[in-house]
Amino acid sequence: MPSAHDRGGLATREPIDQTTHEWADWEHLVNALVGVLRRHDLINVDELRRGIEAMAPAEYESSTYYERWSASIEHILVEKGVLTTDEIAAATREIDANWE
Amino acid sequence: MSDDPAHPGLQHDVRLSERAKRAQAIHRLLVSKNIIGPDEVAEVIERVRTRTPADGATVVARAWTDPAFKTRLVEDARSAVLELGYRLSHDAGLAVVENTARIHHLVVCTLCSCYPTALLGPPPDWYKSFAYRQRAVVEPRAVMREFGLVLDEGIPVRVVDSTADLRYLVLPRRPIGTAGFSETELAELVTRDSMIGVGEARAPA
Repeated sequence: MPSAHDRGGLATREPIDQTTHEWADWEHLVNALVGVLRRHDLINVDELRRGIEAMAPAEYESSTYYERWSASIEHILVEKGVLTTDEIAAATREIDANWE
Repeated sequence: MSDDPAHPGLQHDVRLSERAKRAQAIHRLLVSKNIIGPDEVAEVIERVRTRTPADGATVVARAWTDPAFKTRLVEDARSAVLELGYRLSHDAGLAVVENTARIHHLVVCTLCSCYPTALLGPPPDWYKSFAYRQRAVVEPRAVMREFGLVLDEGIPVRVVDSTADLRYLVLPRRPIGTAGFSETELAELVTRDSMIGVGEARAPA
């Protein structure tokens, strides 16, 4: 049984959905954030990939593309001690509070 | 109403997923701790918006009109592309595979989404989809048919799997009826899909 990211050859009859969506602002942000973090030598392409591949298979399957990148950025930055899970959670709650 | 200028990426009109919010939180923390500059992400967003398949099309048109360049492009794509003045930000290798009357190449990244973004811009959504990643290596002709490309059965198909270390760009066949076309005219016939292998270059009008 291959890992969740290893899709080549997995059986499916699903047609290829050729519609494209406009990136949401947060998707632009995630994409660009990786570029900025690379420039600062805080994440490289292989680390980004490892972070994606480290996701639990169920989350990998149910996440959108840039949600997977977001998960990986968090994984790598926490692993390196750049940020902590607690402060990310707190900052996320602040964003939530702005909604109410 | 979408952008809060002070916080690029924060959309007020859409309910965001937890992962989307966490990415914004990470960005805010990195800026507030001075780990990254306040404008860096916005600058990259603007740069990414300018990247389109037009650069790849220019490279293809040059290869069609300059045989010596084409030879260099197929042998050492990175050097040949740099020679034209393009910047390849990725440390990854670039390979150009040529479609001819004897072989047709189709590019996929089964593991994720590796793609020559410096020349083509960001990959289309379908390139990153599970269906494309799973099927391209098993039934490439059926996949190509879904994109409207019915390839002569006599032409073998070679599927190339891009990785983080090596990204592929297809050099499509030059359309017939284009003798004497300028590079600019030729570049207009080169589609994104033809540089992935799910299509061919457009026939001249």
